[in-house]
Amino acid sequence: MIIKNITVVEDDWSVLRLTENDSPQTVEVATGRVIVPLSVWLAQRDSLKNRAEIGVWLHSCEDPEALREDLACFAVIGVAFPKFADGRGYSIAHYVRERLGYKGELRAIGDVLRDQLFYMQRMGFDAFAVRADKDIHDALKGLSDFSEVYQASIDQPLPLFRRVQRGGVSK
Amino acid sequence: MYRYDQYDHRIVEERVAQFRDQVSRRLSGELTEDEFRILRLQNGLYMQIHAYMLRIAVPYGLLSSTQVRMFAHIARKYDREYGHFSTRQNIQFNWVKLPDVPDILDELASVEMHANQTSGNCIRNITCDEYAGVAQDELVDPRPYAEILRQWSTFHPEFAFLPRKFKFAITGATQDRAAIEVHDIGLAVVKNQLGEVGFRVLVGGGLGRTPVIGTEISAFVPWQDVISYVESIVRVYNQYGRRDNLYKARIKILVKALGIEEFRRQVEAEWEFTRGGPCTITVEELNRVAAFFEAPAYEVLPEIDAGVVALQSDNKGFANWMQRNVKPHKVPGYASVVLSLKKTGVAPGDATAEQMDAVAILADRFSFGEVRITHMQNIVLADVRQSDLAALWQAAKQLGLATPNIGLLTDIICCPGGDFCALANARSIPLARAIAECFEDIDFLHDIGEIDLNISGCVNACAHHHIGHIGILGVDKDGEEWYQVSIGGAQGNNSSIGKVIGRSFSFGQVPEVLARLLQVYVEARFDDERFIDTVRRIGYEPFKDYVYASPVEDDKELAGVDYELLKAGVPYDMPYYSPRF
Ligand code: SF4
Repeated sequence: MIIKNITVVEDDWSVLRLTENDSPQTVEVATGRVIVPLSVWLAQRDSLKNRAEIGVWLHSCEDPEALREDLACFAVIGVAFPKFADGRGYSIAHYVRERLGYKGELRAIGDVLRDQLFYMQRMGFDAFAVRADKDIHDALKGLSDFSEVYQASIDQPLPLFRRVQRGGVSK
Repeated sequence: MYRYDQYDHRIVEERVAQFRDQVSRRLSGELTEDEFRILRLQNGLYMQIHAYMLRIAVPYGLLSSTQVRMFAHIARKYDREYGHFSTRQNIQFNWVKLPDVPDILDELASVEMHANQTSGNCIRNITCDEYAGVAQDELVDPRPYAEILRQWSTFHPEFAFLPRKFKFAITGATQDRAAIEVHDIGLAVVKNQLGEVGFRVLVGGGLGRTPVIGTEISAFVPWQDVISYVESIVRVYNQYGRRDNLYKARIKILVKALGIEEFRRQVEAEWEFTRGGPCTITVEELNRVAAFFEAPAYEVLPEIDAGVVALQSDNKGFANWMQRNVKPHKVPGYASVVLSLKKTGVAPGDATAEQMDAVAILADRFSFGEVRITHMQNIVLADVRQSDLAALWQAAKQLGLATPNIGLLTDIICCPGGDFCALANARSIPLARAIAECFEDIDFLHDIGEIDLNISGCVNACAHHHIGHIGILGVDKDGEEWYQVSIGGAQGNNSSIGKVIGRSFSFGQVPEVLARLLQVYVEARFDDERFIDTVRRIGYEPFKDYVYASPVEDDKELAGVDYELLKAGVPYDMPYYSPRF
């Protein structure tokens, strides 16, 4: 189950994670819907490209620029949060949406928890693989913590001061 | 001052509701302490030695009398009848209980206050020149920009989990009173040749374990572009700042590692994409916010008030206070008054509920209902008629807020230290008290003149000891509390990092060490030369040589502090020193 478009839905994508013994060149990518690490994508691009559906995911230290040429290949791009306090994924999401112009599914994976979902959503994530030990229905509530925001971001490209008539000094 | 509109209110109220829910999930065990810790820090809530500490934001140090009354109320209802003003112009309550915190935040929200982002690895409360709007040397009032940046940084979705905390300071005057050189980003409002307003931007300054003076990354960023520019800086930092080592995670380390040219190149490459975009500040928005900071209705008054002059020559106490605690104002007939929170025997920066209520009354009576908190941990009434100074002095004396020591040796900047802070190596408050008692003589203090003494209980440097003319740092030697002394640090336009004079001292030795440093100064100074200028002229060796020339006596009864308890080190059941126990 994941949260997608503000709803809890079934999900049949699997995320491929390399173990110490795996090499990106030789690891076998199962059939079906698989989200592969960037390293595997880069190593096995030629064969993976022909699949009907494929996803790729980035570590928080990886440069999303590497995806630019292949964007059209992906049904989903994942961004990993190794710990929820590692905030690099937010800037990666910004890059993927803003600089690469990716419009498809952007999925947060890893240490994905209710109290960060609002920020993630603002940065352009639209799918959330909430950490398995947490109640996903509870986590859903995190998406509506705030009904108003100050600054421009991916979900809201205009800052508050350009969107509404703010209150001024009362005369 | 800035007033919330419906949007500000809604955002703050929703934040309180969010945190109320997080607290209840913590209390029910749904959230682990590890998960909760980071959430509570972003709401200003620390776990200290004795209890939770709540740090409330005072945006750019400015408060209304209503807000000050709220602090007094919180102190009475939820704490032990006092609060502590910090070097970031905030206020801290040391004894709050977790289940009460959402209620405290609700009460704060009712007077347009909050504790958002006063801790955690996010953009912190933006500090500002405490004399903004009234200083004679001001080019542009920085507060509208500080408020615009406050809103931009509040719950910025991309920057809630930076590698480390991130501090801005901003000044609009020629004299830097906001210590912009030792902040992650320092902004100085400047005008270019065409008279257009913009910002000189410094980056990578900071204190802590590795003190660094900030480097100029841009000499002029037009005011319209300041959000997109600083956003580019923080974005580069968020991606490339180190996350593997807590002590190397501040932006200063990244800037050093890349070099300023490369760092600037990356920032400007990023900025190319956002410059001129929706983040660009509009004239309408600047005007809307700036209108809140327009000058109050000053009266037309004579430049000099005859009554003040007369009383000054009659009354030495008043003259001392005028000399130290009263600052010039840009409007004739007005002055800014510093209420000293550095009375001997009181922890520097502490104010009781009673004092806070009284300050609110004084602000209403004498200063258009506004109060400022300084990064030197004092209170300022910025807009006082000179003809009211005598009455204000009398009232402040009654409250214990008129110690004429602003800028002098006993105007000590001091962190909470080992009495409260779980990170401390040593106690700082009892040492500040001991020093204040040893050097209490006001004539002596006035003779020594301006000197910044800063005491931090550990290398985190909350009391900015590196930029004290004399800095004292608590260090741990085999579980005992020791103090390292440095000299030659300075804040302001000509900042410098102090140099350690040698091996550290015990608690009971510190006052004698200070006395020796001052002796060297008194013998070497020219006329009105300040301590720091003498250090700069003659170098630090004469000071060091004299201090270590003969054994320094260890005063084991110093200030009545229980020496054995001090030596035993942490933990303490109760803060060793507080006037209210
Ligand atoms: S300097 Fe150290 S001891 Fe003092 S308040 Fe900061 S962290 Fe605590």
